[in-house]
Amino acid sequence: MLAYLRGKVLHLVPVLFAVTCFSFLLTSLLPGDVALVMAGPNATPQAVAALRSELHLDQPLPVRYVEWVGAALRGDLGTSPRSHSTVAQSIEDRLPISLELLVLAELIGLLIAVPAGIASAYRAGGTFDQFASGAAFGILAVPGFVVAIVLIYLFAVQMDLVPATGYTPLLTDPLANLRSFFLPALTIGLGEAAAYTRLLRSDMIATLQEDYIAMARAKGLPTWHILTRHALKPSSFTLLTVLGINIGRLMGGALIVETIFALPGVGRLLVESIYARDLVVVQGVVAFVAVAFVLVNFAVDLLYAVLDPRIRHGRAVA
Amino acid sequence: MAAPSPDLAGAVVVAAPVAARQRGAPAGWRRLGLAFWLPAGWLVVVTLLALFVPLLHLPDPNLQDLSDRGGPAGAGHVLGTDSLGRDMLSRLVWGARISLTVGYASTLLGMVVGGLVGMAAGYVRGRFEAVVVATMDALLAFPALVLILAITTFAGHDIRIIVGVIGFLGIPAFARVARANTLALAQREFVLAARAMGAGELRILGLEILPNIVAPVLTFGLLAVAVAMIAEGALAFLGLSVPPPSASWGAMIADGRGDLDTWPQVSLIPAAVFFLTIFALNLAADRMRRAVSVRESRL
Repeated sequence: MLAYLRGKVLHLVPVLFAVTCFSFLLTSLLPGDVALVMAGPNATPQAVAALRSELHLDQPLPVRYVEWVGAALRGDLGTSPRSHSTVAQSIEDRLPISLELLVLAELIGLLIAVPAGIASAYRAGGTFDQFASGAAFGILAVPGFVVAIVLIYLFAVQMDLVPATGYTPLLTDPLANLRSFFLPALTIGLGEAAAYTRLLRSDMIATLQEDYIAMARAKGLPTWHILTRHALKPSSFTLLTVLGINIGRLMGGALIVETIFALPGVGRLLVESIYARDLVVVQGVVAFVAVAFVLVNFAVDLLYAVLDPRIRHGRAVA
Repeated sequence: MAAPSPDLAGAVVVAAPVAARQRGAPAGWRRLGLAFWLPAGWLVVVTLLALFVPLLHLPDPNLQDLSDRGGPAGAGHVLGTDSLGRDMLSRLVWGARISLTVGYASTLLGMVVGGLVGMAAGYVRGRFEAVVVATMDALLAFPALVLILAITTFAGHDIRIIVGVIGFLGIPAFARVARANTLALAQREFVLAARAMGAGELRILGLEILPNIVAPVLTFGLLAVAVAMIAEGALAFLGLSVPPPSASWGAMIADGRGDLDTWPQVSLIPAAVFFLTIFALNLAADRMRRAVSVRESRL
């Protein structure tokens, strides 16, 4: 386990370096004078000069990188020249919304995928399996924003069940809060469900051919007991990995879905800052999202090793 | 950090080898069936329309007619008009140009660069391969859409930049497919035979390995076109792709979403066309994968 951990950490360091370097270097992609662009067209020369020294643009690149990372580690990702609030505070304000969306979406995904995956694998090739596989294939071909439009049309416009957009804080009105999260969570959850069903189905079909399953059958255990107690856990490693990757991805908010449904999460913060050309915030949010993604993936790799002894002993093929 | 994109998991294909001198379509392609040729036909039609749209004498896609907003399908406007009274069919076909250009061009970029790098890594092995694999893993460690948004925000929304960024992000996936196939092929007897007959390394790579990885890489390419088109569609939906008034499918879907209660077709028609195209790409890729692969592997 220690050797496995060491290998993973050795891998993590260069990736974190690459991710932070990239976020840091984003401002260098701007054509022309960075300070001039970031200060905006109406800035006075004094303001530009002040911003230039605030961004340490007069110092060499490696020095600026170290200072930037140092500040980021202390939780200082800069201050928006537009709203005058710190980037860290903006992320902190919006993170709970993205996290709630993440939890609800993954719950919907798993609630559909686990029963569907088990049922598909149990009668592989049967009517339900063919239906579920076809549906999953179709759903995976629909981009999230198309799903969102169709769901808004069906649930909000045609049936008038839930609001199309908008957000009610959880503490103000929990029920209205859930209603405002229903469509966005369903948009993401449907896609996740399709992917998870396919993964669980193929792993479970392999598990069901193991000898110990035949043994359990021979003992006369009820089918549902075999499926849920004996076969589900060893079949869910791939599912858990992809679930972890998706959690890492959604930590940074769902850019499109949060925008469509006007949920003020981290993804919406990024898109709003892009519209407003508030580049300090864009850089800070990109750094946060990318680092969170890498760290969650790292945690998933470790969790994977805890769950599957074959991995930590280096015997399994990746 | 082996983090395969969930959409593409299991899409890595190891192909049956093609005899080095055999030209023309591999034998498996004849077994593709209707489920391949139907979507392929749709893709060809959409592509031809996009290519030859200037010859079709469609109404100006950007000509607004505010007296005919959300107009129904009929004479003059085959698919009706959008919320600014612009001809829907014309905008769809002109929009196909942007969506397909980004889809094809960025895939080509990723395929050529990633394919060559992956093939070289799988053949040369050693330290070069280790560096390539580590670099590709690092690239895959970025959340893709955030990366695309970040770069286009700072570098601009020119179509060349969008193609470049999406194509660049496709490199690691193609490199993986090419490397996995090359690894398997380099062990085969016909490669050994070529070497025994005195063929140089470049000749082996070009005449023995390359013809055999074309089919799996192209198969993966169809999926990559779909992924690239979705990425461009997402950018366009956010209004961050090629700037308006240029029509783009993602932008058309976004334009109509405020009017879903009055003119749902303004959003739903481009959504349907977009879905059909992505679905056609996925279906064609799936059939092609089944036809060319002798065994699937998650490398």
